[in-house]
Amino acid sequence: MPRMGYSFPEEVLEHVFSFIQSDEDRNAISAVCRSWHDIERWSRRRVFVGNCYAISPKMVIRRFPEVRSIELKGKPHFADFNLVPEDWGGYVAPWISAMASAYPWLEEIRLKRMVITDESLELISKSFKNFKVLVLSSCEGFSTEGLAAIAANCRNLRELDLGESEVEDLSGHWLSHFPDNYTSLVSLNIACLGCEVSFSALERLVGRCPNLRTLRLNRAVPLDKLANLLCRAPQLVELGTGAYSSELRPDLFSNLSGAFSGCKELKSLSGFWDVVPGYLPAVYPICSKLTSLNLSYATIQSPELIKLVSQCQNLQRLWVLDYIEDAGLVALAASCKDLRELRVFPSDPFGPEPNVGLTEQGLVSVSEGCPKLQSVLYFCRQMSNAALITIARNRPNMTRFRLCIIEPQAPDYLTLQPLDVGFGAIVEHCKDLRRLSLSGLLTDRVFQYIGTHAKKLEMLSVAFAGESDLGLHHILSGCENLRKLEIRDCPFGDKALLANAAKLETMRSLWMSSCSVSFGACKLLGQKMPGLNVEVIDERSPPDSRPESCPIEKLYIYRTVSGPRFDMPGFVWTMAENPALRLS
Amino acid sequence: MSVPLEHDYIGLSEASPSMEGSERSSGGLNLKATELRLGLPGSGSPERENGVVAEDRAGYPLGMLKSLLVVSGAKRGFSDAIDGGSGKWVFSGSGGSEAELGKGGNLFSPRGVNGSGKGGLGGGSECANQNPGLGVPVLKDGVVPQSPKPLQEKKSQLSAPAAKAQVVGWPPIRSFRKNSMASHPPKNDDDSEGKFGSGCLYVKVSMDGAPYLRKVDLKNYGSYRELSSALEKMFSCFTIGQCGSHGVPSRDGLSESRLMDLLHGSEYVLTYEDKDGDWMLVGDVPWEMFTYSCKRMRIMKSSEAIGLAPRAMEKCKSRN
Repeated sequence: MPRMGYSFPEEVLEHVFSFIQSDEDRNAISAVCRSWHDIERWSRRRVFVGNCYAISPKMVIRRFPEVRSIELKGKPHFADFNLVPEDWGGYVAPWISAMASAYPWLEEIRLKRMVITDESLELISKSFKNFKVLVLSSCEGFSTEGLAAIAANCRNLRELDLGESEVEDLSGHWLSHFPDNYTSLVSLNIACLGCEVSFSALERLVGRCPNLRTLRLNRAVPLDKLANLLCRAPQLVELGTGAYSSELRPDLFSNLSGAFSGCKELKSLSGFWDVVPGYLPAVYPICSKLTSLNLSYATIQSPELIKLVSQCQNLQRLWVLDYIEDAGLVALAASCKDLRELRVFPSDPFGPEPNVGLTEQGLVSVSEGCPKLQSVLYFCRQMSNAALITIARNRPNMTRFRLCIIEPQAPDYLTLQPLDVGFGAIVEHCKDLRRLSLSGLLTDRVFQYIGTHAKKLEMLSVAFAGESDLGLHHILSGCENLRKLEIRDCPFGDKALLANAAKLETMRSLWMSSCSVSFGACKLLGQKMPGLNVEVIDERSPPDSRPESCPIEKLYIYRTVSGPRFDMPGFVWTMAENPALRLS
Repeated sequence: MSVPLEHDYIGLSEASPSMEGSERSSGGLNLKATELRLGLPGSGSPERENGVVAEDRAGYPLGMLKSLLVVSGAKRGFSDAIDGGSGKWVFSGSGGSEAELGKGGNLFSPRGVNGSGKGGLGGGSECANQNPGLGVPVLKDGVVPQSPKPLQEKKSQLSAPAAKAQVVGWPPIRSFRKNSMASHPPKNDDDSEGKFGSGCLYVKVSMDGAPYLRKVDLKNYGSYRELSSALEKMFSCFTIGQCGSHGVPSRDGLSESRLMDLLHGSEYVLTYEDKDGDWMLVGDVPWEMFTYSCKRMRIMKSSEAIGLAPRAMEKCKSRN
């Protein structure tokens, strides 16, 4: 037994550990010896649970009794695209009620893709006296009533961020529930709310909170009110406007421009719904300080975008619609040498024909001109292997690369070949690639390249690709650091899955929908792998009403230490260890 | 979003894949050679005495799958298809491997291929129907990516899409963004569901007494009749008296028509909430007007729906 645990008093070790924040490091510390394990667990203040079903609240609480901050994620990523049926799960209520008694000093709750009710929000607001941060990213299940409870009861609230949640808007008066003597707000993001919030309450709130740094308004806040708000909060660092439109009025314009000029700390801008181009110059005075610009809801054309972007020499992050076109991306590449992240969204994703002049060339230009570019999300309608190879060679420092060619299985438009070689170049050159999304026409070969080269890859998204189980096998056997794999509409079946079953326990989760995995294989996996929950999702009818060789609709496999969950709806079956326990 | 790199301080990193193998063989699956084996290479497989790990693809997958296939009885067929010497996979595309698999391998029936299902009867047809009424269409024009299939064939199938079929969840754009890009900015909308997006129009449908609700894309239908038959299929399993413990239908084949009877009879009516927040009977206004104004739907008991019909007509008149 190591004696070193006794050479320092506990307090000293605890003090040393308090400088160690990363989960990986703390996990390593707790493996040293019993005494370090104990000291560490009592001093861990922040817990991240990447899959809320991987462990039970009770287990977390038992191991870490003094947590102040918790982050939980629920539904799989493909839920964002309506692939996960309603009511699949991701309920946070059991966590909230367990923590309400166990963690009276809890300060922060961050949730992603979870279902949270007004009751839970109320419980939060009443149970945690020092509650400071509530972040709800892509959550649902609650209404403005729950927000009213938070506003009314959380005296120490610093941050309320509703992300892109689906909130039932019952009334805009919830904001008035912040008491008059409440002044500690630092960050407020209500951009997702549909209805108007009580504007006078908002103004007063903004006016009395001197530490307010982030304010993301919703679309319903009209442009003529924005100047007033900005004047009350010139210390803002991040601003999301409401609707950016109004009839062109000189007085309104000069007020707005003056207000923006007064915000000397402003670094991040977003919002810009319904933009009237005539008002864009109001932000010109602050462009050179901007590091983050989200114009992905702004329906402005390339010339205006170019004028704007050319002034943002310090831009690190740009989200924009494909209205920017190739020409705009060339201008971006010329002006924004510090660019780290680019996301280009489609303005007309369902239209059959291209509506804008955005092609693969735009991305090539940015890859050439922006040496720090590491993170890309790009929607376009044509791509070539040559372009991908160029991008890969230009940017070996790429860490996240998500390409969505809008037409499924679109080939290289120049050669009509699959895009295997292009994506192969990406994984070969970008040795630190952590996230990759594929699209276009792809054979099993691309997976061979990925399995061979993408050694740091943690998350892979695949759609309408591959030819056989070999594809899946390459991924599972080659990608050593793979944590999340999501697949839809690929001809992958049982073989690769069963042959790589053990790999699944080294990953957070695997999603497969509209593939060729049979019910029999799922049952087998469930029986043989007790450390996994193998969830079969089938809205047609119970899978055991068909032959075992029939493919199931959707499959979600994740590792867990707490066994099958008990909150599944009728169309989800967990393949259990003991066949007798299986619900049928 | 960034994940810290693993630090292997004292060789005790959390989830190092290379550790898995040795841990596994000491702990768990200690099955005989002829039994189904699931595990990483090196964990007890007779072909891999020296435990070479994942990099070397040559022999490893062969070993795993051979032992897999002992169970299913298609071992001989499979190894014929594989060039054992070089260790390279010889998946020719369609002919070879499908035929081999068909011999007895019942674990791996590619979609759409008839007759190789276990138990045969009804296997082929049930498997082949991959387009359940609503639920989850793969590709509406019926093309489903097959396992081994020549590339050319696949390409030609897909290069002639007549009408642009809406594939669920493609392109991958979040609902919030889709709804925000609506051609009609929200006037006084509270519910971000079901806004008029340019391509899909998801609305929630609930049914009194059903354990969970569904979402449908109104753009998939051209008429009330199509909508109603899709809803019948979706909710047929919930008709009172037909449900098992999970609300799924018993297999007596009556469930689908039962809901139709109920809807056309007097027990349930289909209603919807419009943009003004009023609940109306479905069917009173022209279809296009309905899709424009519908925010969500509810299959409600007739007893609760009294008084809806007249208002629908009044509203329609006052709008025009």
